Amino acid sequence: MPKPVRALVWAGVAVLGALAVATIAFHRGEQINAMWLVIAAACSYALGYRFYSKFVAAKVLALDALRATPAERLENGRDFVRTNKWVVFGHHFAAIAGPGPLVGPVLAAQFGYLPGTVWILAGAVFAGCVQDFVILLFSVRRDGKSLTEMARDEIGKVGGFVAYLAVLSIIVILLGAVALIVVNALKSSPWATFTIAMTIPIAFLMGVYLRYLRPGKVLESSVLGFGLVLAAIFGGQWVAQEAELARYFTFSAPTLALMIIAYGFAASALPVWLLLAPRDYLSTFVKLGTIALLAVGIVAVRPLLHMPALTRFIDGTGPVFAGNVFPFAFITIACGAISGFHSLIASGTTPKLIARETQTRMVGYGAMAAESLVAIMATIAACVLQPGVYFAINSPAGIVGQAPEAAASTIRSWGFTVTAAEMSQLAHAVGEQTLFNRTGGAPAFAVGMASIFSDSLGGQVVMAIWYHFAIMFEALFILTILDAGTRVGRFMVQDALGHIWKPIGRTSWYPSIVATSALIAGAWGCFVWQGVRDPLGGINSLWPLFGISNQLLATVALCVATTIIIKMGRGRYAAVTLAPLLWLVTVTFTASYHKIWDANPRIGFLAHATQLAASGSSGGATARLIFNDRLDAGVTFALVVMVAVILVESALEWSRVWSGRQAAEVREAAFVTTRFAKEQG
Amino acid sequence: MRVSGNADRFLRQAGRALGVMRSVLREIFDESAYARFLERNKVESSRAAYAGFLRECEGIRARRTRCC
Repeated sequence: MPKPVRALVWAGVAVLGALAVATIAFHRGEQINAMWLVIAAACSYALGYRFYSKFVAAKVLALDALRATPAERLENGRDFVRTNKWVVFGHHFAAIAGPGPLVGPVLAAQFGYLPGTVWILAGAVFAGCVQDFVILLFSVRRDGKSLTEMARDEIGKVGGFVAYLAVLSIIVILLGAVALIVVNALKSSPWATFTIAMTIPIAFLMGVYLRYLRPGKVLESSVLGFGLVLAAIFGGQWVAQEAELARYFTFSAPTLALMIIAYGFAASALPVWLLLAPRDYLSTFVKLGTIALLAVGIVAVRPLLHMPALTRFIDGTGPVFAGNVFPFAFITIACGAISGFHSLIASGTTPKLIARETQTRMVGYGAMAAESLVAIMATIAACVLQPGVYFAINSPAGIVGQAPEAAASTIRSWGFTVTAAEMSQLAHAVGEQTLFNRTGGAPAFAVGMASIFSDSLGGQVVMAIWYHFAIMFEALFILTILDAGTRVGRFMVQDALGHIWKPIGRTSWYPSIVATSALIAGAWGCFVWQGVRDPLGGINSLWPLFGISNQLLATVALCVATTIIIKMGRGRYAAVTLAPLLWLVTVTFTASYHKIWDANPRIGFLAHATQLAASGSSGGATARLIFNDRLDAGVTFALVVMVAVILVESALEWSRVWSGRQAAEVREAAFVTTRFAKEQG
Repeated sequence: MRVSGNADRFLRQAGRALGVMRSVLREIFDESAYARFLERNKVESSRAAYAGFLRECEGIRARRTRCC
């Protein structure tokens, strides 16, 4: 394409993007079409990729197409394999896309669609995509080293150790938070519980099929597994309608919590091929298909957003979770804007597959942009709901009351129209007994997604099927993270304790497997348990805690990235990672301060503990709640201190390099010229 | 003639896109990794070969983080 035409096309993209962002930002008092969000996102990512990532690639990182990657130098056909860039892109996207970009935006929709959308777009283009891109490249240049290894090499031993602790902590908190989402989605729902319970024997069956009947035919077994899951969804409807059967699949939140903790422990201790691997395949299959289906559904239906741009809850009085739009919108939405967890993937499997250094831009920056688009779709799914319905689903009983009439009346007093009869009708349409107080984000997302799907395919008649399909999709996602996360945590503990007592470090020694699996499942189980016992729904305290820890991990990743950029002698461009780092420090430290010390008991852990202590109610339950609040405050404080240590260590390292007291040297693998210089791409 | 040329090009590109999509799925679902294992060890696909493949990648897969 001739240069002037290209310039004209990009100018057109910029104008269209600006028009879409202006429509989102300035429309008040009338509904806008969801397509404006999609257009704003597509244009922002296209411009960010074409111009900003190209600038970062050329000026800051100086990508070198002639430098051999570890996939070439260390190729072993197992983990180091030169792979087509589109294949790596798909592989990386499948690994980073989880329930986070679906749940966070749904919860943040209590502020209206505007804050979440702006953060998702700006956060992804200037922070999240950049983080994933630079960490991926730096790992490629260090033979695929992990984030904690890079922190140790480039910042120092203390930094490395603290990074290790931070990673372990975030895994535990993450698992606790996501497990609570599943519990809230399944409680008192025999249909959903039956469907999810069936995924366990289906995974076993897939494992046996793969190992004994058709060895290695994973796609085939995934299609088979998917067919069985669909059958389980239809079977669930039948189970829910049979009172005698439904009884066996109707559980309270505490019972479900115990069952999920036991599942996490068992999945971590069982052989990988039997449960973990087939579940992972099945979950990925459903995930990729459903995300594509949702994108097609949104474009086909082009729904109106009923949620206003801003709600009254930007003042911090929101029922879904308490706290002002700043900083809480920015920690609630992590994965769609910037997620520290991505840095673990970008310094894990992906760098070992990259064939050319120049491909890190497309894989790192591009895959995160695609993930961010998923977050935009989740925002749309939440905002197509009538606000009254959204708040009825997402508000805990402790805020709006248990009885449907009382809850609807409270929500109406906030200015949002909803009636108990309307909610009962909706619950009936999706095959549930009630949709009140279904906190956690998953049910609201499922209702939004079901309404988009049923508008484009099947109509209201199949609304219940689509709803349970969406619930199954989210729960399957989350359970896969639970079993993979518990196992990864187990390995981390075994590796660390193995330095103290050798036998515990042997990953095949069964007593060690059982003990460390129990330790990790017990640790995240504590958080789930406190969540189900919390009268405010648990999500109010757990999701911000997860958001803070995830963003603190991103802070660690950006510290490592900034240190390396400065040591590369490119300090004048350090703002590329330093600016998002400073933003995240401001956001996470402010949020942590509020979560620990805010005087409002709905926000501050300590204020809530004091309120409980002053209420005069004694007994085990109150004492436990007080203990939980203090534990959450302690965990938040410990995370902030850990990250502060890394920040200080990094800053000292930067000052030593800038002042000339230390040579600007990076610990990269030696340069080797690629043998594939003539290859395209 | 021109229409047929465009249609050819479209079909070629669509075929290439489908091929890439198939490769992506095969990589995500570890079918490519299994094929590489068979090639490296010069063996045919069988229960024993797949069990060997599972043993080999047990450590790698079990340590693979899944994102939130």
